[in-house]
Amino acid sequence: MIRVQREDFDVGSELERLAARNHRIGGVASFVGLVRDMGRDDRVAALTLEHYPGMTERKLAEIETEAHRRWALDAVLIIHRYGRLEPGDRIVLVATASPHREAALAACHFLIDWLKTDAPFWKSEETPSGERWVEARAQDEAAKQRWHPR
Amino acid sequence: MKLLYFAWLRARIGCAEEEIELAPGVQNVAGLLDWLRSRSEKYAEALQDPSVIRVAVNQDYVGREHPVREGDEIAIFPPVTGG
Repeated sequence: MIRVQREDFDVGSELERLAARNHRIGGVASFVGLVRDMGRDDRVAALTLEHYPGMTERKLAEIETEAHRRWALDAVLIIHRYGRLEPGDRIVLVATASPHREAALAACHFLIDWLKTDAPFWKSEETPSGERWVEARAQDEAAKQRWHPR
Repeated sequence: MKLLYFAWLRARIGCAEEEIELAPGVQNVAGLLDWLRSRSEKYAEALQDPSVIRVAVNQDYVGREHPVREGDEIAIFPPVTGG
């Protein structure tokens, strides 16, 4: 399931709901992305996340389908926020559920790596020297390349 | 066709979206970017570095050779930084 929203989410209740009523599930893996207070070289007072409504949902759904194709998963949840967020705020939740841990852990890692290079979101930071658009990092592309096409 | 701009490209071009008529001779993404650069100094400056320009046609990432047609939704933006 995909959700793109301005509002915060409750990690505990989201994970509980993901596995509820499906007793095939033996494990739930999750990743929560938070706003850091350090940017590339100075303090970040806040982040504003912009996205491309329509394409965002479409790319996230494609990423979800790809995870299902690669692993036997019982459930996938991706929640990504947009708007203005402050240090410590949650940005993203990726959660996966499967009968055994390997599929859930690997798929969760795969999903966050792919999401970072494929989902059309952009971050702008508020710093003491003004607003600054975050630049894409080469490491993110390298992290995605780890998951060779199958 | 509808053009959409995001992040610093939107800020530098000064608008989030615009409706344009496809210029004669423009057949693909590369041609569209060249035509946009020729419109004004502002566009030329915003689009000068091809290595930081990504393009989506009808909400799918495409390369520079991808055809563009009347009625397409074309988004132009920098590399994404979500997650």
